[in-house]
Amino acid sequence: MTGALKKIIYNCKQATFLIEKRTLGKITAAESLQLQLHLTGCSICRTYQKQSTLISRLFTGFQSNELRLDAEFKLQLQQRIEKEMNKN
Amino acid sequence: MKEEKTAINSPLKSDPATWVEQYADYLYRFAFSRLRNEEIARDLIQDTFLAALQQVSRFEGKSSEKTWLTGILKNKIADFYRRQASKSITEIRTAEIELQNFFDADNGHWNMQHSPKAFGLDDNDPMLLKELGGILNDCLKKLPALWLSVFSMKHMDDLTSEKICIELKLTGSNFWVIMHRTKLNLRACLQKHWN
Repeated sequence: MTGALKKIIYNCKQATFLIEKRTLGKITAAESLQLQLHLTGCSICRTYQKQSTLISRLFTGFQSNELRLDAEFKLQLQQRIEKEMNKN
Repeated sequence: MKEEKTAINSPLKSDPATWVEQYADYLYRFAFSRLRNEEIARDLIQDTFLAALQQVSRFEGKSSEKTWLTGILKNKIADFYRRQASKSITEIRTAEIELQNFFDADNGHWNMQHSPKAFGLDDNDPMLLKELGGILNDCLKKLPALWLSVFSMKHMDDLTSEKICIELKLTGSNFWVIMHRTKLNLRACLQKHWN
């Protein structure tokens, strides 16, 4: 293995970058191979990858159904709107 | 002039006095899930209603009131994102300095104290996920606003990276650097506060 290739394959910063880019965009065939090789040998980045996916899932799956504006804020909002309406 | 007169004389297709009751909670959820900040979400809801009042005479009922109001809110959120893009430079610098310690400057290896460790939880346990989601929300609040904007536009609105770059005046490589840094930051924050 050449020194340059070795350096890339063992670079976790680059590997985690490629993990993000692969998930949401495109990476080249060469990058994909590098990443594959890296992940085969690096359990820390495999953990990262798993957690990265989980974070995206948690973010998009955020449950907002139960969220409500409080009554006082709504009342103020209502009054503000009515006041503006009466101006016209 | 003629057009304007017709608009004033014809009855409104939408009654602003009913908006809060009908749509405030819905719009708030829409805004909050993108911004993860109560105060900003509230402000934008108020801005949305006030902007809608200005335009209500032109609302023709071609789309539903809800769709129309949501469209106005989306513009308000986009304006907010654009403002953040130009003003969070110091914040970003601080966050970047933090990330510099994550990897060995020489070979890009994880530095031991920052390296990912398993959360040790079952990914399908709804209770644990809910708890983790709560921690994530706190972590999101600490992100530089520009990073959250980029992350949110990509994940919640499913916009293409090209569109986001145009909106926020970023280069393509800048976009990916931000996505990477955001994830590194959030992951570290979760690890720090989990357990």
